[in-house]
Amino acid sequence: MYDVVIIGAGVCGAAVAHELSRYQAKICVLEKEEDVCCGTSKANSAIVHAGYDAVTGSLKAKLNVRGNELMEELSKELDFPFERNGSLVLCFNESDMPNLQALYDRGVANGVKGMKILNKEEVLQMEPNVTEDVYAALYAPTGGIVCPFGLNIALAENACVNGVDFQFDTEVIQIRKMEEGYELQTDKGVFCAKCVVNAAGVYADKFHNMVSEKKLSITARRGDYCLLDKEAGNHVRRTIFTLPGKLGKGILVTPTVHGNLLIGPTAVEVEDKEGVNTTADGLAQVLTKAGMSVKNIPTRQVITSFAGLRAHEAGDDFIIGEAEDAPGFVDCAGIESPGIASCPAIGEMAAGIVKEKMGLIAKDDFIATRKGILNPGTLCMEERNDLIKENPAYGNIICRCEMVTEGEIIDAIRRPLGAKSLDGVKRRTRAGMGRCQSGFCSPRTMEILARECGMSMFDITKSGGNSKLVVGTNKDTVS
Amino acid sequence: MKNYDIVIIGGGPAGLAAAVSARQSGIDSILILERDKELGGILNQCIHNGFGLHTFKEELTGPEYAQRFIVQAKELDIEYRLNTMVLEVGADKVVTAMNREDGLFLIQAKAVILAMGCRERPRGALNIPGYRPAGIYSAGTAQRLVNMDGYMPGREVVILGSGDIGLIMARRMTLEGAKVKVVAELMPYSGGLKRNIVQCLDDYGIPLKLSHTVVDIKGKERVEGVTLAQVDEKNKPIPGTEEYYACDTLLLSVGLIPENEISRGMGVVMNPVTSGPRVNESLETNLEGVFACGNVLHVHDLVDFVSEEAAAAGRNAAAYVKSGKDGASDAKTPVVAAKNAVDKDTREEMAQQDTGAGSEQEIELVATGGVRYTVPCTIRTSHMEDELKVRFRVGSVYQNCFVSVYFDDERVIHRKKMVFAPAEMEEVKLTKEQILRYPELRRITFRIEE
Amino acid sequence: METRNLTCINCPMGCALTIEMENGEVTSVSGNTCPRGDAYGRKEVTNPTRIVTSTVRVKDGEADMVSVKTAQDIPKGKIFDCVRALKGVEVQAPIHIGDVIISNVAGTGVDIVATRNVER
Repeated sequence: MYDVVIIGAGVCGAAVAHELSRYQAKICVLEKEEDVCCGTSKANSAIVHAGYDAVTGSLKAKLNVRGNELMEELSKELDFPFERNGSLVLCFNESDMPNLQALYDRGVANGVKGMKILNKEEVLQMEPNVTEDVYAALYAPTGGIVCPFGLNIALAENACVNGVDFQFDTEVIQIRKMEEGYELQTDKGVFCAKCVVNAAGVYADKFHNMVSEKKLSITARRGDYCLLDKEAGNHVRRTIFTLPGKLGKGILVTPTVHGNLLIGPTAVEVEDKEGVNTTADGLAQVLTKAGMSVKNIPTRQVITSFAGLRAHEAGDDFIIGEAEDAPGFVDCAGIESPGIASCPAIGEMAAGIVKEKMGLIAKDDFIATRKGILNPGTLCMEERNDLIKENPAYGNIICRCEMVTEGEIIDAIRRPLGAKSLDGVKRRTRAGMGRCQSGFCSPRTMEILARECGMSMFDITKSGGNSKLVVGTNKDTVS
Repeated sequence: MKNYDIVIIGGGPAGLAAAVSARQSGIDSILILERDKELGGILNQCIHNGFGLHTFKEELTGPEYAQRFIVQAKELDIEYRLNTMVLEVGADKVVTAMNREDGLFLIQAKAVILAMGCRERPRGALNIPGYRPAGIYSAGTAQRLVNMDGYMPGREVVILGSGDIGLIMARRMTLEGAKVKVVAELMPYSGGLKRNIVQCLDDYGIPLKLSHTVVDIKGKERVEGVTLAQVDEKNKPIPGTEEYYACDTLLLSVGLIPENEISRGMGVVMNPVTSGPRVNESLETNLEGVFACGNVLHVHDLVDFVSEEAAAAGRNAAAYVKSGKDGASDAKTPVVAAKNAVDKDTREEMAQQDTGAGSEQEIELVATGGVRYTVPCTIRTSHMEDELKVRFRVGSVYQNCFVSVYFDDERVIHRKKMVFAPAEMEEVKLTKEQILRYPELRRITFRIEE
Repeated sequence: METRNLTCINCPMGCALTIEMENGEVTSVSGNTCPRGDAYGRKEVTNPTRIVTSTVRVKDGEADMVSVKTAQDIPKGKIFDCVRALKGVEVQAPIHIGDVIISNVAGTGVDIVATRNVER
């Protein structure tokens, strides 16, 4: 019997696990995929919003502003890339000025600091590649960007080091309310817990509805994105939004913490909660609309496109709290934008509820900090040479585009909750994330994975399950 | 910091030929830096035949062709380091490289030859919609897995793009036991050589669908199938023409991109058409003493031309070193050294002339009217060899047309050809004598005319 | 009378050749623009041959695979017999360019030879 079972190892599940790992409790995270950060957390805008978008008084507003405050400190404690690059919301007509002003006022009411409304000249001076059609913009210096994988993995790794048990490839099938707590039936056996935290992303409604009569309804809203080469990474320095529309914040243009340029997303409601396929229309829309706020985007430099799903709840707010008719069942549901920005605060809030409920006591051996995978590129020549002397694998470049060494890949595999697949290595080290999109390094990374994990090349996957990368040997089917 | 006269970045066909020719031009201090575990570059995985007809007058496989140059380089005692990645080259020609044994180290070069080759365009560059499952490979990655590692990436294959690597892989996969269902090509003509279409597709009954592209990829974990559709003149898919192919593998052969990250870092000026450096008649970039050759300069279809071009780069780099224009070193002896050198290269004279010729007006080469680009982009007559091959590609298929070369406004070359195709690199020879007859010449224009 | 349609491979023109045959003898080649097309068409319909290249596994070598080819061209119809003969073949390193891997493959009288060096 676990004290707490958390369903889902995305940013929210990991944030709750991280917060709860401060306390003396037996905690387990159940994840249906082979790794952390496999759902919505891996495919989003990676924006730490300032907090002016959400309706004042909503959880979205409160947790966004709080999450934004916490992020910087957290990024230092847990060593993941975060940058406060600031954001601009563009307005193109004088007639839209009241809407921009309303956004400003809402931001002030939500507690966002340092905002300013800039006129055209000021905007263009700040971001010369913004379209000349801009009339004014809301500038929020507290807006930021984060590595969503880095954030998710750091939270989970730290939780793991602090004793949280992670079960991957484990899909929850049914949840039953027991006399004390809950019984979770999975494809890998039964797990029992006094408390359940439901951080299942687009599936949070399914699990909630298994135990509660107050039904939730989560719709997946797909967003297509294009990622551009690092050569285009300086095209804008701040995150560029346009005034929000009905389905979201529109198409944004932003640098990423790794120096790429990201544009997207679209917003299309889809039936299939695994429907992360991009569409021709979606990608075309991204390219066209991005061009309406920022000029001369070098669209020839697109290196990949992807789609993510937002978990939109019908009530249009985050749902965080114990289900009314299901004691000990704590939801983190409807986590769509600004989910990444809010996740530290979501973790804090949900873990707080569990802690109160169960009367958890703080550990005295909690390890508050975590060191990420060492990037030798950040060292000076002398330090780097010492490192290579000690471990020559750091002198061997595997991914030529992102200059990732064998040493980093080995670290990614061997560390707590280490990578088991090509995508796992990619999310941790960026090997394969560059301009050739793993053309050169994938066979080499596969060999390292096989060697380090004692696996056959035939069992190496792109992302777990049946995503096998090679299927046989030469002429094995010739007869 | 170690010093070398010439540092060559890349030990593939271009780097090897450049090294051999620089040595034959009298330079002793040469270093090749190669990132892979062996010399030969991509040729090592190109195990098919058809290489070397121009260079060796016989048909070799890729590894055999590479070996001929490796043997020459070794016989000439050319120094090389394997498993060594060049991280950066400064405009001052200080090369930062790294490997397991030496760690991070710096080398001062007098001349640098860029010979890094090219990489394949990934799926993302095409914005192909659909899922992102396992089983989508660029053709070259599949080629390495099959030819070098002996692993089959899949059993039932669809190939997008009829570039030569895609065609070659259609045959390779077939001969290793896979079923290649179709090759789709976006353009109305193939991106590969005629002979590859016949011998890699027709021989095995593999259909080639021109003006077709992939409009959807199915399969969440592993590829389950792809949908092809015909495209219109604007390359937009035509609704209603979709055809579904069940398959577990999609190979992409959709173009090659010169790998110029190091060059850009140095401040080398690029030609946006080739994505390679802009070079003069000596294959020298805007940075003095920095030369480029092979696929990093512009993507070739025949390795023989790479070797030829690289040999020129090697000669020119040697002449540059001998001229002593490299400010840092040996400033006293250059011209003498050049005169005493054993090679019979006419460039010695030029090196001499060069000492005073800073202000010479360059002749600009202009590609227009169906000609997409030229290599080189400029000519300094003082540095020109007796004969210069200008290489170019056309933008679409032209039949029974002429390639015309204008010296300013006067047409001086008008050569008929049955067919010009984008897949085949063309060349026009210019002679120094011919150009010197036009002392006021500012601009040489290349165009295709009916 | 039999008609065969081929694409000439001698140059990028890719002439569409039409070859008329009677009792296995070529009676006419048309569609070609030059004599090379005529010669190619005649050879292709009477005795088409190809060089076959492939791979063979290596034991105790610095590489796992060695590339191989038929030392000369073999009849096109024998390509798959040749591939079948290569199935399961494993050679011991060292291997050098030109080493015979299989002699007289599939009864063609042609040897399969290595096309790269694999040291131990």
